[in-house]
Amino acid sequence: MMDETAIRDHTSWYQATARQRLAGLLDPNSFIEFIGPSERVESPHLHIFDLPRAFDDGVIIGRGALGGAPVLVAAQEGQFMGGTFAEVSGAKLVGLVRAARDHKDLPQTVLLLLDSGGVRLQEANAGELAVAEFMRAIAQARSAGVAVIALVGGKSGAFGGAGLTVGVCSRVVVSEQGRIGVSGPEVIETNKGVEEYDSRDKALVWSVCGGKNRRLIGMADAFTEDSMVGFREAAKAQISLSAPFNLATLQAEQQRLKQRQEKFAACDDANAMWRILGIQSPEAVADMDAAAFILLANGIKDSNHDAR
Amino acid sequence: MLTLKFAYTAKRRAAGTKAEALIGVVASGNLEVLLERMLPGASCEVEIATPVKGFDATWKAVVDEFVERSAPGGLRISINDGGARPDTVFLRLMQGCATMESE
Repeated sequence: MMDETAIRDHTSWYQATARQRLAGLLDPNSFIEFIGPSERVESPHLHIFDLPRAFDDGVIIGRGALGGAPVLVAAQEGQFMGGTFAEVSGAKLVGLVRAARDHKDLPQTVLLLLDSGGVRLQEANAGELAVAEFMRAIAQARSAGVAVIALVGGKSGAFGGAGLTVGVCSRVVVSEQGRIGVSGPEVIETNKGVEEYDSRDKALVWSVCGGKNRRLIGMADAFTEDSMVGFREAAKAQISLSAPFNLATLQAEQQRLKQRQEKFAACDDANAMWRILGIQSPEAVADMDAAAFILLANGIKDSNHDAR
Repeated sequence: MLTLKFAYTAKRRAAGTKAEALIGVVASGNLEVLLERMLPGASCEVEIATPVKGFDATWKAVVDEFVERSAPGGLRISINDGGARPDTVFLRLMQGCATMESE
């Protein structure tokens, strides 16, 4: 019979709640929460819409240890209002990263367990401001030497503000289920038409937004199987790989994004992109298990870069 | 938003020393239950915030049954409901009480 730790190790990250993910990711009993649920710092807006609030407003922040190394962590609960950037939850995210930026005695690694479809529409102004402040705080923290690692593998993926946030992190870890984008499939279809992007074609949507494509085109730096142990080991490995955040890094990143745009602009689907990357049989990628896929991705030059 | 409050004297004080626990999440058909060990003796208070109106009697029946079947003395229990079914509410309350008694 498997012991409790072994069962926990193989729990699905995708299916777990934000609190279960923190418990599965961090060293046992190392997590200390800031502004926990019993302080009841809830949304001041949701009751106006007759909507239920959450005691933690859908974001959990705190400190803990990962493989013995001290870390700050923030986790979005993707099941609460589709994952959240709002007034209270946004202030928690911004405050955590600013604290890392300003206080060298705090852990200088921040893990962001992103799981969000974007800004909470019922408090959209506060949410949009929170996203802007969050991205700015991450950039400032990085230039002060803090490593900010995004972990994406939840049910809501990382869209809207969460997708933008991914773009400013030092390193990004993704699982196959971890979709990353800015506008979601329905939004693109509504604005550009079904010929541009058929949101009901799930195979197309997942192959474009899903973790495998995001890893192959270099939007994510590491791929993991959908498990607690997978995310834990991948996060550990990424901490030391964070590049220094300076003008040279930003220029290299800008150059890389420009080349990516030029290279893939004419592609209609993920298979076309993967063919350009030199993958012989792109049709086989969807069925590859995590180990085989990691080997494939690690061997492709364009998937592995020095920028970010 | 509807707020319901119930007060009980439980059979006995909840075992263990854990100060608080949070079970479940606010999502469609789900709820979160916050349990805090902060009341004297065998007192137990349950406060529910729910957007679904007209089920006061059902809430009372479920919470009565929970208090009868467990021992939540000393616990202040607060619920944010996302439209959970009675069986889910009962399950989360039992989970919460078991978690408080686990250490």
